Amino acid sequence: MQKLALANLGRFFEAVAARQALYLPVEDAGGQASFQRWAPGAKLSGALNTTRSAKDFFFPQTEDLVNFKVRGKEIEIIDPRTEQEPFVVFGVRGCDARSFSILDKVFLADPVDTYYQSRREHGTIVSLACTRPEETCFCTSFGIDPTCPQGDVTAWMEGDALYFAANTPKGEALLAQTAELLEACGDEAVRAQQERVSAILEKLPLAGFSTQSFGGQVLIQVFESEKWAGLSQSCLGCGTCTFVCPTCQCYDIKDMDTGHGVQRFRCWDSCMYSDFTRMAHGNPRLTQKERFRQRFMHKLVYFPANNNGEYGCVGCGRCLAKCPISMNIVKVARALEGDCK
Amino acid sequence: MQAAMISRAKELLQGGQVQRVLGWKAGEFAYDVTPAVFQSAEEVEAGFLYNDFCGANLSKYLIQESRKPGKVLVFLKPCDTYSFNQLVKEHRILRENIYAIGVPCEGKTDGERLKAAGLRGILALKAEGDRFLVETLYGPQELAKAQALPERCQNCKSKKHVAYDELMGEEGQVLESGRFDMVEKLEAMTPDERFRFWQGELSRCIRCNACRNVCPACSCEKCIFDNDASGVAQKAAANSFEESMFHIIRAFHVAGRCTDCGECSRVCPQQIPLHLLNRKFIKDIDTFYGDYQAGEDTESRAPLTNYTEGDVEPSIVYQRGGN
Repeated sequence: MQKLALANLGRFFEAVAARQALYLPVEDAGGQASFQRWAPGAKLSGALNTTRSAKDFFFPQTEDLVNFKVRGKEIEIIDPRTEQEPFVVFGVRGCDARSFSILDKVFLADPVDTYYQSRREHGTIVSLACTRPEETCFCTSFGIDPTCPQGDVTAWMEGDALYFAANTPKGEALLAQTAELLEACGDEAVRAQQERVSAILEKLPLAGFSTQSFGGQVLIQVFESEKWAGLSQSCLGCGTCTFVCPTCQCYDIKDMDTGHGVQRFRCWDSCMYSDFTRMAHGNPRLTQKERFRQRFMHKLVYFPANNNGEYGCVGCGRCLAKCPISMNIVKVARALEGDCK
Repeated sequence: MQAAMISRAKELLQGGQVQRVLGWKAGEFAYDVTPAVFQSAEEVEAGFLYNDFCGANLSKYLIQESRKPGKVLVFLKPCDTYSFNQLVKEHRILRENIYAIGVPCEGKTDGERLKAAGLRGILALKAEGDRFLVETLYGPQELAKAQALPERCQNCKSKKHVAYDELMGEEGQVLESGRFDMVEKLEAMTPDERFRFWQGELSRCIRCNACRNVCPACSCEKCIFDNDASGVAQKAAANSFEESMFHIIRAFHVAGRCTDCGECSRVCPQQIPLHLLNRKFIKDIDTFYGDYQAGEDTESRAPLTNYTEGDVEPSIVYQRGGN
């Protein structure tokens, strides 16, 4: 374990940013935290988490896939990829750090999504342990330890120091870049923090929340539950939950007519939308009830059925905080628990 | 008020005057209230709620609810009644299938506002007079309600109900508010400053469509932005201009119909002050055509769908600095 005096945090960021792009949570004009590229003077946000998740770094909201340029009878095919530069994301919380392994299961499975893969290969994750979890947090329900988050480097902020432990060769390389600012140290301060925060985690109102009764084995029972109508009745059909979710990974591919060719891009899609998976005959999910059901079936039933029981949720609590009508996975799972038999 | 509302709702359900009740339902925490339809007196008894967190405007749900069999009881706060009237005026809700009860409102807040006021790890919350007594993971906290009020309630335009079949509590008055102050500040900016302000705000948009979907004035059966055949359908913008275009077109489309209920800004996950776009239109309409409040009544002709000899000439744009 190594430590950095917090007084040197600015120098640390500067040293990292000198070698590759560095992103960190800073306060935006709306008073919330969002990941932004480091620039001199950038101040690390003290917020527990960012409004948008860290999935943006590997699966951005919009991304050009291929461009076609038409000149007379010639069509030029252009690969517009720019995601070839190394970058570091600092301050990823345990929930988001876990979300990457869920996204990996989707995008790195055969056939590999090379756009995502390239970003994953070029990105180094520095995760930051949580010290002040909130009532909307329930990552521990999915076996995540927010006091020791995954990542290439795990960091803990305690007292006047930032403690680091490298978990991967990429992480070791990153710490080596800033070696002159770091000093070797024991892990007493980190252990003390972990104990303190673990005691808070036990007191979280959602500490006992579990999705364990869900999975492929109850597909029909959950799908056909009569409770979906009531649960979805006030859903606005907006995409807030899906867009702030670190594990929602559906996208649409669109062509934009540039006047002299086509810009083919993909963008996040939402199962809540009226044109999601629209086919020649229309949207197979006719009303908001079916669209709403799809989102929770995917996270609680289909995803674990296809991924050895792993759920498509990391308990970050963003949908609890952001849904305009305050309907979310916790309310849904609790309401449907009784149908899981 | 909640107890009286529950008892009245049960009475109307049991008497058969209404078949359903549209109201608000308690959640996991003190603040995460969900709009809900209650089908029976038992359901009302079990989950109906009316407190400082019932900010959601229920009027738009009536587009669907008033088309179902039977009559629906709806509880409307003063500002919700303006949306209600506007929807009646636009023939979007079937008035005869609705029994509306006006209920008083002293301003509504939500979890986001509590967090913005500095509360973290909220375990329990009690309203006492004009204060919230909050138990948090990190110790007890006290917060003046006024400190947690969103902008729309700080600048409440009216505590008067403009539509109802029955009123509970005392009727309020149309209020003088400072709701155009920020618009005036924006007007006083140079075009460059104003452009930077809106770029800074709108660049955070994630195109979740929450503002559109919650808006009582956005009641098209299919929005042009969802219609592939329109040529402008976008789930995400290909560039920053398109992002601004979505919000500007939406503001134009609801101009003269927006009642300034403020739901757009309440639901924005990125805290974009979208209501300012609408208020600019309202302020201009007031200036050009005389004071007009959308939703105030169901009969009058709206300035933008009416012609009078006193209407401004298009050349007004030159006098106002456009070129």
